[in-house]
Amino acid sequence: MSVDRFTGGLPAGGPAPGTSFTDLLKSLDLSPEWNVGGAGGQVQAPEGTTVLALRYSEGVVMVGDRQATEGHLVAHRRIQKVFQADAFSAVAISGTAGLAIEMVRLFQTELEHYEKLEGARLSLEGKATYLARMVRAQLPMVFQGLVVVPLFAGFDESAQVGRLYTFDVVGGRYEEQDFGATGSGGRDAKSFLRGAYADGLAEPDALSVALRALISASEEDTATGGPDIQRGIFPNVVTVTSAGYREVPDEQVAAISATAMEAMR
Amino acid sequence: MSMPFYVPPEQLVKDRAEYAKKGIARGRSIVAMEYAEGVLLLAENPSRTLYKISEIYDRIAFAGVGKYNEFEALRVAGIRHADLKGYMYGRPDVAAKGLANAFSQTLGNIFTHEIKPYEVEILVAEVGINGESNRLFKVTYDGTLYDERGFCAIGGQADVLTQTLAEKYQTPGSLTDTVQMVAAAFAEVEQREIDGWEAAVLDGAGERRTFRRLSQEQIGTALAG
Repeated sequence: MSVDRFTGGLPAGGPAPGTSFTDLLKSLDLSPEWNVGGAGGQVQAPEGTTVLALRYSEGVVMVGDRQATEGHLVAHRRIQKVFQADAFSAVAISGTAGLAIEMVRLFQTELEHYEKLEGARLSLEGKATYLARMVRAQLPMVFQGLVVVPLFAGFDESAQVGRLYTFDVVGGRYEEQDFGATGSGGRDAKSFLRGAYADGLAEPDALSVALRALISASEEDTATGGPDIQRGIFPNVVTVTSAGYREVPDEQVAAISATAMEAMR
Repeated sequence: MSMPFYVPPEQLVKDRAEYAKKGIARGRSIVAMEYAEGVLLLAENPSRTLYKISEIYDRIAFAGVGKYNEFEALRVAGIRHADLKGYMYGRPDVAAKGLANAFSQTLGNIFTHEIKPYEVEILVAEVGINGESNRLFKVTYDGTLYDERGFCAIGGQADVLTQTLAEKYQTPGSLTDTVQMVAAAFAEVEQREIDGWEAAVLDGAGERRTFRRLSQEQIGTALAG
């Protein structure tokens, strides 16, 4: 019935879903099934490991490794954990990969849907608040061992600065002044950044520090994958500045990684 | 018990059509035209905030004339339709043809079933990628769907504009030339000072979301040549 409603004519939308895409899905009975009931057994699914972000002179840089693990096993070597949220923000994920990637897809659609309906983008804070709500909606799954913790960063178009937010499992949202990291190697990345971070880094330095933090985490945490020179798999590196979201090309990441690994030897 | 008067269906449809046409005739016109790198949409619009042209999806734009609340409702429904489809399947699966069909179904139903028909005309434009051709659809108040080539006009002066443009338009030119050609046609048809422009393009060279509004300065520069 609900499918007919949206393939035949136009979706009527039921009780006014407003500007929210999630509410639209709900009104058509098409919501993604987050809340799985049943016995409280633990489900094992691939998990994304380390992602981190830091502020620099022009905006923010965000880095994520490419590995997903299932217990002690490598589940995927080339998974993507850093995504464009919209023209001026990026979102990275850690935790249960399948749920997290679906959450990102919904978040991206949500931001674009709002922007098109309202003719203006949500403020950066508005986007972060919305993402926090999505994490909170995920809470019942946490008790099944399926945790999703994102990291959100972007360029605040009104204040003209880069800003970044970290989250916790219950949907707590915290703005960070300097850097943030999450995932299994997040703590190691943060302890590296505590020493290496400085205010107002230039872009080349910021990229280098961010990658060194990831490499350092991969050395301490077995689940985190560093740059894989043998297979040619490199971390996802993106920047968000006044010019918008930009993915740093693999060749450049490879070059910075090589220099960083040389220096850390 | 009172008996309702018998109204022949021909008369009913004619009355409704006349009512809708009268409303649309008051609306200022919009033209979509292919140019070398994409599709231009140009409208006469005195307002700087209430838009008639809008983004629907990656390669699809919407324009509506007539009663604001009615075409705005259709625009919102169009965005919902596109975003739902893109989310449920994939971004390349959202196409203008399906959307134009949905508008056609909706307007057709409203025309026959509702107390009053919508006083609107809708234009759906899609820019082709990888050498595919562009598509221009026009949906009228009664749900009739037209598939146009090269250019398409909707609104009060749509017929005259179409005639004028048919004489001028040959092959897709540069964006500046296209803006000038369409603006000149507006001036020729309206025979008065144009009361503000609204313009947007679907940029065939763009990635993912190709819709881009032209600022007043950009429109001014294009008109000045």
